[in-house]
Parts: sequence; C-alpha cells; structure tokens
Amino acid sequence: MNTQNNNVISLDAVSKRYGTETVVSDVSFNIQSGECIVLVGHNGAGKTTLMKMMLGLTRPTSGNVEVLGANPANNSKIAQHKTLGYLPESVAFYDAMTGSEVLAFYARLKDVSKTACENLLEVVGLEHAAKRRIGTYSKGMRQRLGLAQAMLGSPQLLFLDEPTTGLDPSLRHQFYELIDALHKEGATSVISSHALNEVEARASRFIIMKSGALIASGTLEELYQQASLPVRLKVSVTPGEAPGVAERLGSEVTISKVNNQSLSLSCFDDDKMPLIRRITDLGDVVNDLQIMPPKLDEVYNHFMNGGQS
Amino acid sequence: MKILWILAMKELRDGLRNRWIAAAIIVLGTLALALSLLGSAPTGSIKASPMDISVISLASLSVYLIPLIALMLSFDTLVGEFERGTMMLLLTYPVTRWQVIIGKFLGHLMILFIAIFAGYGGAMLIMTLVTGASMEGWQAYVSMMFSSLILGAIFIALGYLVSVFVRERATAAGAAIGLWLVFVVLYDLLLFGALLIDEGQLIGQQLFSMLMLASPTDTYRILNLSMFDGVSQAAGIAGVASEAGMSSTLLVSVMLLWIAAPLAATLLIFQRREL
Repeated sequence: MNTQNNNVISLDAVSKRYGTETVVSDVSFNIQSGECIVLVGHNGAGKTTLMKMMLGLTRPTSGNVEVLGANPANNSKIAQHKTLGYLPESVAFYDAMTGSEVLAFYARLKDVSKTACENLLEVVGLEHAAKRRIGTYSKGMRQRLGLAQAMLGSPQLLFLDEPTTGLDPSLRHQFYELIDALHKEGATSVISSHALNEVEARASRFIIMKSGALIASGTLEELYQQASLPVRLKVSVTPGEAPGVAERLGSEVTISKVNNQSLSLSCFDDDKMPLIRRITDLGDVVNDLQIMPPKLDEVYNHFMNGGQS
Repeated sequence: MKILWILAMKELRDGLRNRWIAAAIIVLGTLALALSLLGSAPTGSIKASPMDISVISLASLSVYLIPLIALMLSFDTLVGEFERGTMMLLLTYPVTRWQVIIGKFLGHLMILFIAIFAGYGGAMLIMTLVTGASMEGWQAYVSMMFSSLILGAIFIALGYLVSVFVRERATAAGAAIGLWLVFVVLYDLLLFGALLIDEGQLIGQQLFSMLMLASPTDTYRILNLSMFDGVSQAAGIAGVASEAGMSSTLLVSVMLLWIAAPLAATLLIFQRREL
C-alpha cells in the first residue's frame, strides 16, 4: 500500500509496564508525513511515555515502535537524525550555563549556525536574557528556551510535550505560528496536550489517551461523529408562547428547558435539519434560532467518561 | 569525532566556569610545593636528588588526593543529568550513548590533565627556581605526573560506574566515598593485616604481587617507586618490583585495564538504561 510507505511513525500493539503498573497498554497508530498529531489525555494517561518510546529513550515492554523506518531504541538511530526536535515536559537545562551558551551547545551538536541561534533567541523573546545564567530564569523563560532548542535546524519531526504550559497568550500564538511555518515545509509533529481546544485549529488528527489506552482517534469531524453528542438549539419565541410552541413541536423532540419566551432543545445530528424545518414552519412566533454544536470540551469529556455524556 | 569534541569541551568549560580547575590546581600546587620544599631537607645524608624525593612524597600524596579529585569530578556526571532531566534532552540530539560517555571522559581527562600538570608542574618549576635544585630526575617527575593522570582516569571511570548505577545523586556521593575508602585505605590495611597474621605462610611472593596488582592505587605506587633507579633507591625498595616480575609495561597495562573495564561496564549499563 502506498500510504503505508508514508508512515513516519508507526506503533504496533505497544505496551509499557513499570513493574506491575501498566503505563501504556496495547496502543497502535500510524502517523504520516506532514501530519500534526495531538495526543490528548489527562496527566498520567501515558502521553509522555508514548513520546519517550517514539524518541527511543524508553523501550516498550511489548509491541513495536518504528520511527523513520527504524526502531528508535535500537542504537539510537533516531538520534542520528539531525532534523528532530524535542521539547520535554518541564524542560531542564544546565543551570550554570547562560541561555545563549546552552543554545550554542545544542546548535553545535546539530550543526546549526550561530546566527540561527541568535535568531531563535530573538523569536522566543529571550535576547535580553541570553547572557544570564539559566538558574535565574523563570519557568516561562525556560519553556521558551526549550522551544528555541526544539526549533534548532528547522526540524522535520517535532515532539512537543505540553509545549505551551507557562507561555503567555501572545507567545503561545507566536509559537503556533512557528509550528505552522514548519508544517508548510512538510514537517511532521506530535504534540501532547491535556486540552483539546488549544490545539484544535492546528491538529490534523487527535489521539485520545486514557489510563494508558488509546480510546479514540481521528480528525475533529470524526471525533464528533464517534461521540455522537446531541446538537443544542435555543429558540426564542414571542413572550408567553413558549409552552404552546413546545406542545406543537411534539414529543419526539427533547426539550430540556422551557421559559416564558425561550426553549432549549437538543437532537442528534441526523435529526437536526428536519427539526430546524419544523421550527421555521412555526412562523412569526419564532424570533430567533441559535444552533450550538457540541463543544470540543464536551467531546473530550465524553471520551474521558467512557462513552457516557 | 566532532561530537566527542563538543561534549568534551562542554565538560572542560563547566570545569573552568565553576572554578573547579582553579581549585584543583591550587590544592595540588601548594601541596606539591610544600612537600618538595620540606622534603628536600634530608637529601644530604642519603645522596638522593630533591626531585627523586619529591617523586616519592608526591606519589604517596597523589594516591590519596588524585582518586578523591577524580571521584568528585565524576560521581554525579551521569546521575545528575538523569535527575535533572538534561540527559533525556541530550539523547534526542544526534548523539549516541557511547559518545556521551566517551565525550565526558575526554573532557574530565582534560580537566585532570590541566590540574595535575599546572599544579605539580608549576610546583616543580618554582622548586627548581627557588632552591636552584638540579633538573636531574625530571623524567621521574614527569612520568609521575603522567601516571597520576592515569590514576585519575581510573577513578573517573569508576566514578562513572557509580554514577550510572545509582538512582540518586546522594547515593552516588556516598558510593564514591565508599569506593575511595576501599581502594585507598581499606584494601591496603586489610592486605597488610593479612600479611602480619599470615607471617609468610600462605601468602607467597607470587600471591602478594597479584594482590598488589589487584588494587589500582598499589599498582600506581609500585610504578612510581620502582620505575627509576634514583627514586627506588631513595625509597629503599630498589629492585623489589623487578624481582617480583613487575615491569613498568605490565604495571601500566594493569592500570589501563582499570580504566577500560569500568568504562565498558558503564557503557553497557547506560545502553540498557531507560530514561
């Protein structure tokens, strides 16, 4: 198959146990070149462990991990790849070194020029703190330096573990612009996050993890479909007409709330259009109609609560 | 090769930045100078050159000091990076695990080289300038510095083994002190205790030589005290080593083996280590 060859990363029935504790259990997925995958899950869902296995830092207890056509844990072949960037969760540096010293050290290992280093420091807004010891940096500054080192040498494969924690909104925005720019050049990225909505716009696909197991994966649309959560409608009517309208809509419609002048309804996606037609058929009584698709958080909670919404 | 150099230079810079190298030079230099100046007093009666006396006293000092310095340099180099999390990041760079170990080793070796040659070498220069002593016997002095470097390399490698083996820095520190006590103090004590009790019945010349070679510090001592005639006469052990069949080639080989074995073990453990 043609798509098979496009796999940058492929996991096959991967499990990881520490002693008796199962951290990742039987996870399989493929990631193709150019995708932006978001691993979603609570803390302790196994996201970081999955990433470490993809990076070859940890070996799976069973199953196979393949990254760029090789086993990453085998002789650190993945490490030979100069176009890989990684930002660990709560990144740590050599505290005695200054920001620019550390970045220069990592740049030398990746064969990246000094000017590229200085540019990156500017991009993440650390140019003024570059000559200070990292020991004096705040958490946000360390995170920014972490981003800078992950971006060294325009990586083609990015692993970012909770990348935006400790970043202010403007920098967060800037960070996603950087990721977008890399994606335009064909980069593949794996981003872990404990929230869906933040990365919503960037992600080509989501992988939702819970207690070490993959419980759902797919594009945003696919996730909505899988969750099959009801669409909510809010109908505003002429004051006093609400109970009458509720009666006329009939019993097939789930009505969650009736006020004097508004009704809250919910229905499944397939029933949405017929219902809307029936509401508009009601005529002048209806002043306004608001359609509220399920929120991302609700989709997420749906999966997290084991399928019950 | 380039990666090794980058990693080694980082360790060297760390050593310079935290004044580690400066401190080691001062400690080794002052002690060497003090011993040399004080030690040159008895030379008249036994007609030994001051340089030879210096080699004897410095070799005895180095047996204690060099392993201590080397272990302090190395004990937390791996466990410290595991604990802080910097190793994890480093290994996602185009760096293999053996390059990390060898790179660090080369860096620490450079630090030790600078400390020994600046400290001891500086003391030698001052001594010849101040006392006007002859440079006779300088070969023994220089070879003492080189063998001190090898001794240091052994304990750097042993320090790595401790560092890769334990889970916490505090444990590594304790284990490093234990290692120092065993190799520098306890082993010799036990050996001499055994000799006293044994009174030459079970422990013959052969076994005794083997037991001496089993300790890197004893090997270093024999090497320095027996390699040059002037030194061994002054030390009063002329011909002892050669009688026991211990050539300097053998002694140096044993010491190199003491570097290679812990380094290889460190690498093996590190390869399996999960981060």
